Amino acid sequence: MRKYTPKDNVQGKAKYTDRFWVAPRVPRESFDTDSHFSAVHKAMSEAVDVLDAYVELGQLVIHIRPEDNIAALEVLKNRCDYAMCSELSAIDYLAQDGEFEIFYQMLNLKKAKRTRILTRIKENQAIESIVPLYAMANFAEREMYDMFGITVNNHPYLKRIIMPDDWVGHPLRKTYPLQGDEHAAWYEVDKIFGKEHRDVIGPENRDPGRIDRYDSQRFSRVGYEVPFGAQEAESETEQPIEYSKQILVDYTTGSEVLDTRK
Amino acid sequence: MAQHEVNYASTGGLPVALTTVDKLLNWGRANSLWPMTYGLACCAIEMMATGASRFDFDRMGVIFRASPRQSDVLILAGTLSKKHAEFARRLYDQMPDPKWVISMGSCANTGGMFNTYATVQGVDRIVPVDIYLPGCAPRPETLQYAVMMLQKKINRQSGNMNKNTKQRFV
Amino acid sequence: MQQPNKLKPFFENLNFERDDNTMVINFGPQHPSAHGQLRLILELEGEKVVKAHPDIGYLHRGVEKMAENMIYNEFLPTTDRLDYIASTSNNYAFALSVERLIGLEVPRRAQVIRTMLLELNRIMSHLFFLATHALDVGAMSIFLYAFREREFAMDLVEDYCGARLTHSAVRIGGVPLDLPAGWLEQLSTYIDKLPDQIKLYEDLLTENRIWKMRLEDVGVVTPEDALSWGCTGILLRGSGIQYDVRKEEPYELYAELDFDIPVSDRNDSYGRYRLYMEEMKESIKILRQLIPMYRKSEPQIMAHNPRYISAPKEEIMTQNYALMQHFVLVTQGMRPPKGTVYAPTESPKGELGFFIRSEGEPYAYRLKVRAPSFFHTGILQHILPGTYLADVVAIIGNTNIVFGEVDR
Repeated sequence: MRKYTPKDNVQGKAKYTDRFWVAPRVPRESFDTDSHFSAVHKAMSEAVDVLDAYVELGQLVIHIRPEDNIAALEVLKNRCDYAMCSELSAIDYLAQDGEFEIFYQMLNLKKAKRTRILTRIKENQAIESIVPLYAMANFAEREMYDMFGITVNNHPYLKRIIMPDDWVGHPLRKTYPLQGDEHAAWYEVDKIFGKEHRDVIGPENRDPGRIDRYDSQRFSRVGYEVPFGAQEAESETEQPIEYSKQILVDYTTGSEVLDTRK
Repeated sequence: MAQHEVNYASTGGLPVALTTVDKLLNWGRANSLWPMTYGLACCAIEMMATGASRFDFDRMGVIFRASPRQSDVLILAGTLSKKHAEFARRLYDQMPDPKWVISMGSCANTGGMFNTYATVQGVDRIVPVDIYLPGCAPRPETLQYAVMMLQKKINRQSGNMNKNTKQRFV
Repeated sequence: MQQPNKLKPFFENLNFERDDNTMVINFGPQHPSAHGQLRLILELEGEKVVKAHPDIGYLHRGVEKMAENMIYNEFLPTTDRLDYIASTSNNYAFALSVERLIGLEVPRRAQVIRTMLLELNRIMSHLFFLATHALDVGAMSIFLYAFREREFAMDLVEDYCGARLTHSAVRIGGVPLDLPAGWLEQLSTYIDKLPDQIKLYEDLLTENRIWKMRLEDVGVVTPEDALSWGCTGILLRGSGIQYDVRKEEPYELYAELDFDIPVSDRNDSYGRYRLYMEEMKESIKILRQLIPMYRKSEPQIMAHNPRYISAPKEEIMTQNYALMQHFVLVTQGMRPPKGTVYAPTESPKGELGFFIRSEGEPYAYRLKVRAPSFFHTGILQHILPGTYLADVVAIIGNTNIVFGEVDR
């Protein structure tokens, strides 16, 4: 029987892990030492339900409920001077918890401080758009929708942005393989020539080490070049490589070409 | 018969040169290869550098044209993504015959380091390629060498367009 | 065989013939001034743009997906291909994030070399901006002049790392090589000559009547828009907001260096063009200060941390334990601690940062590239309506977007 391999996370995994290995964690510090961060935390906990808050590598991290994302960002923007949202996207934890983690990376330009808002949603749950607060979310949320399939409520134009409109699947999910599914493999052939040309063009070569000695159309072996499209297998005769005397100078035989150049 | 009649064939001042139509056509085609400005990715920057001051592509008769209708060579310079593939094929179809394709850089040749769902694994899946140009990114000298190789290739083939443009692909 | 009815690109669903007297124009993805593969669908009323719809993704290569399937050191050369005008700034931004994650101190000499390369890349990128922007607006000779100077800068980088465009000149934990002999002299010759060239460009352009007509009051980005749309770098500073990550959240040696952040409150393309020229002068100033710093530094170029960083080549070749540790790091990869990091840097285009979520595995669990050009493309749909069709090209050129990092 073939061994069962789980399909819920097909990304790269460590080939060997010591059985006593415990991954350390980046230290999480308290926000009390920093006056700005503790002020942010105070303002946030007045407005929304703060699940967890700590400082990680110099940035304040606040966990909130997904329903509160607009309220939390409003607090940050209006009361704590976070004028810019640098980045927003999601992380796929479907295999472990059946959830997506969404992060909002916020920037306070006056104090040069950064805060990250984290929230978790279920697979089919939608999140409210933050476009009314930060217009940059227009593109960023579209990308999140495109890459993870997370629906964003009240977004002005929620369509695929990076992949084509008729693409199947959401590429950054952990279930999506790096080299694509069958639909991705034939996408351009189906689009340009039609499905019936799949046989003519043939499958993609995804193995970078593969050498086809009878493939005269791509890279033929040195010394075995044949005219384009000819069948190499029929008559495999060695043909010397043509060199042009005009371009290449044969330094070993003589220097008459060099002399004329002088 | 007038006294001043000159026998052009025997005296030295011969004002005509004899050649075959093939050679004449190929001479003209090979020395005025006009590629299309079709920058796809990183290699396009090197393509621009080839056209700019130090490397000076114009001395080989290569002048970049902005329209596929005016160009002979399609330089596919960079990663061709699946979303873009149909546009590349459409541009190739819009070019008048005779036309040639240079695949510039590893991504265009084979997909290169981007062995992912979004990249066409070699542009020869959608257009017939004449010259494959290795490197990531190829240096401007390499692109110039590719054009010189293409000129050699053009000089070798027949001037008859129908013969050249017989369907070589698919 | 091509079947004509099979070729149906995406604009099949666009209605080009409209009843309301507007015209729909498809701009790109193959357009000489689309800066790569931008596609814009413009609705025009006469010559005025009433609606602009940027369509991106034509250079999507799955870089973020690749990061989830590669060990950290393996991924570093991929970052070259993001912003391919200034590769080292991407390498550096990635290396910085991983170094912050594992808490690594980089030796002094490596810091000096990195800062030199970053500033050299900034000069290269700004010269490239000037060349292509001038070409878009119609000044062909500037293109040739700026590319000439850029080639000299690329020669310097090539002498250091061997590549012209895709440098990979920064490693996690330091730099792979020390500067070759005579490099500093060449660098100082170059930065001595460059101000004259910049003066030449400014003489040609700054007061040029055509240049001013094409750029003044074109592509106005108000400070509120710039903040809301996530603009960084020169697009933000051109709107009068003085924020530069090098100054506000200093990394590498920027805290010790003496340089200014030019800022303009004109809000238009002309002000931003002036900022690019000023930034090049500031970069020259920084490079001048770095040369004596290099001479004073110790010759160590890679951090010493056996858990994450391979030993120097000489030790690998001579000492058994260093070889074993190198073998493990190459075949299995380093395992950074669990945690999340977002390390902003100031790339020539704006704030470039790598968001990395590590689960203690040799592969990043999620890597998100915060690319400045992505958001600068997003603002196009906001600033293009109301402008003339002829200004569209000037505005796209002025935002200085690079599609490698827009689509990733």
